[in-house]
Amino acid sequence: MTGMFGSIAAIGAGLAVLGAGLGIGRIGGSAVEGIARNPEAAGKIQTAMIIAAALIEGVALFGVVVGLLGAKA
Amino acid sequence: MQQAGKFSSLLQILFLAMSFLVYQPLANASKEEAFNVGEMIMHHIKDAHEWHVAGEGKESISLYLPVILHDNGFKCFSSKHFYHGKESQVPSSDSTAYHYLEGVGPAKGYALYHEKIYKLDQIGTANGQPVYNLKFHGEHPHNAMPTDLSITKNVASLIFGSLLILIIMLSVARFYKRNGAVAPKGLAKFFEPIIVMVRDDIAKANIDQHKYHKYVPYLLTIFFFIWINNMLGLIPILPGGANLTGNITITLFLAVCTLLVTVLSGNKNYWGHIFWMPGIPVPMKIFMIPIELIGILTKPFALMIRLFANITAGHIIVLALISIIFINKNIAWAGLSVPMALFISVLEILVAFLQGFLFAMLSALFIGAAVEEAHH
Repeated sequence: MTGMFGSIAAIGAGLAVLGAGLGIGRIGGSAVEGIARNPEAAGKIQTAMIIAAALIEGVALFGVVVGLLGAKA
Repeated sequence: MQQAGKFSSLLQILFLAMSFLVYQPLANASKEEAFNVGEMIMHHIKDAHEWHVAGEGKESISLYLPVILHDNGFKCFSSKHFYHGKESQVPSSDSTAYHYLEGVGPAKGYALYHEKIYKLDQIGTANGQPVYNLKFHGEHPHNAMPTDLSITKNVASLIFGSLLILIIMLSVARFYKRNGAVAPKGLAKFFEPIIVMVRDDIAKANIDQHKYHKYVPYLLTIFFFIWINNMLGLIPILPGGANLTGNITITLFLAVCTLLVTVLSGNKNYWGHIFWMPGIPVPMKIFMIPIELIGILTKPFALMIRLFANITAGHIIVLALISIIFINKNIAWAGLSVPMALFISVLEILVAFLQGFLFAMLSALFIGAAVEEAHH
């Protein structure tokens, strides 16, 4: 039974990573596009990109933490 | 010329530190029979009463930290009375035996199980000596626990990190006090751009032009505390290696600090946006109150989880990659696991900085929102 909890937790962590990957990928893509269009704003775009990526990463890490707790149970 | 020499010695230290990064888990994970990856990793990221250096079991080299208990008065003794004490085990209902360390000498009457201290119950006497036991119900002992105020690995690391920050910052401040506003040298040369970055890119960029000065010391403290302790956590040998910023209590404390600074500096405009959101119909205003109130708490909560999960995940990944060798029981796997662990470790140096930056940046954003004047 514990082994089964572990695999379900792994699926959950995987789904969290999938969502975060999509989100951060879109942010990175848009930021590169923005910098290419307006290289002078590179600094500001990077800061905004890092903040947005961190917010998404935070949500993904909630998933990972829940996965960890699930794996331990 | 002298500067170049300093730089190359710094690089040497860096490389030395990196090579230790790879060796250290090897020394700890060399248990031959039934290598349990999860248990090894959890042991490494948890707090402990000893500061492990090398070796296994009673032959290991460790720094034994003081145990301070409050149990009918204060008791203080070295944790070596646990680690070099008696190894006992209790058979449980589901046929697995739980191993715990019974204290000897001044630690008599206490037991250490999974780095938690329990009071032992006397179950009888044998040869005139009292016999103690730890009672298990399921996975957890049900014995009473004394109030544990020990200097654990994380506490020791916290004290060391704080002293390091104090020494660095006081010596940087002393340079400017002595020389005035000149081109910096030595430590000040390294830290000036970082301090200016915190002031300009974090505080000034997010908080009102006229109010940001008050919050720069707080943001600097939080940035350097997280950054330096993250970096110490990446050094696997004695002065580092504790998972301090990956400890949820520490990140909870930091998040509560940000919460208090935000709430206490909130102005009329900030509270107005929470209790009576302007520009929306009255039923919506009422509906928004609980959402906004929860929002006050979720922001620092996210800060807490982000730092905790990022740093803990970094430690877990490095240990898991090194474990590949021991799972497959073949040294050839080192060719895969060591470069990957090195790659993740170098990435963690970036993450160590980025997490400190993000914590300070998001704190500044929240503070900025709290002190913002109304736009008309």
